[in-house]
Amino acid sequence: MAAAAGQRRLDIEEVGDVTVARFVDKKILDENNIQMIGNQLFGLVDQDKRKKIVLDFANVEYLSSAALGKLITMNNKVKTIGGKLRLCSIRPDIYEVFAITKLNKLFDIKDDQATALAGF
Amino acid sequence: MSEPARLDVRIATDPAEAWLVQSQIVDWLKERQYPAPDQFGVRLSLEEGLMNAIKHGNRGDLSKSVRVFCEVSDVKTYIEIHDQGIGFDPAAVPDPLAEENLEKASGRGLLLMRQFMSLVEFRDNGRLLVLEKQRSTE
Repeated sequence: MAAAAGQRRLDIEEVGDVTVARFVDKKILDENNIQMIGNQLFGLVDQDKRKKIVLDFANVEYLSSAALGKLITMNNKVKTIGGKLRLCSIRPDIYEVFAITKLNKLFDIKDDQATALAGF
Repeated sequence: MSEPARLDVRIATDPAEAWLVQSQIVDWLKERQYPAPDQFGVRLSLEEGLMNAIKHGNRGDLSKSVRVFCEVSDVKTYIEIHDQGIGFDPAAVPDPLAEENLEKASGRGLLLMRQFMSLVEFRDNGRLLVLEKQRSTE
């Protein structure tokens, strides 16, 4: 990953051939933070060429529309290389943001990490 | 009933200053034990409104500022965010729920504010955003 360790905004774990990226932050709101998260997410595809990715939102309590933009770009990048992106462990407040914006239809969202990993 | 908390400040065109204002206001909601979904909606709407003022209103121009007025009482939260940009027509903002816009990376802030707040109004040719949240009954 290109980002310096001190700026790490995602915990990355390999489960079989699936990459699980867990957000470190509770609040994905401010622009600098979102920029860093975006860079690290895109690095998984652009540099590391990972094709099966689960984004785990268990820690996330807040998320803004700017963060949604990064997720959409990430989804498109993964699709472009023939991969799959799943989102999981989204708490109800945050899920409402996805539902309001109809992005719950665009993304493959699973209840928890085990379900997200199953049948990938 | 506690006294309303008030804030009337002019902040730089700087997300870091917006963050401080946002945190202060949300702290007041916490002190008054607003339900968690209210706190969530107000924080999100503040983030969207302040970033719109900084990025789209003032267009990042550091010579401009954003005035923020807020009053948090036990029953409602009232917020004004006033930028120094050229203004805009809220009616002309593309519908982010239209099929052709669903995968666009931006343009959802206004929709989210309208969903989470009790009132969203634009005045002064779009430069002044007024947000109001009535405290929910739990």
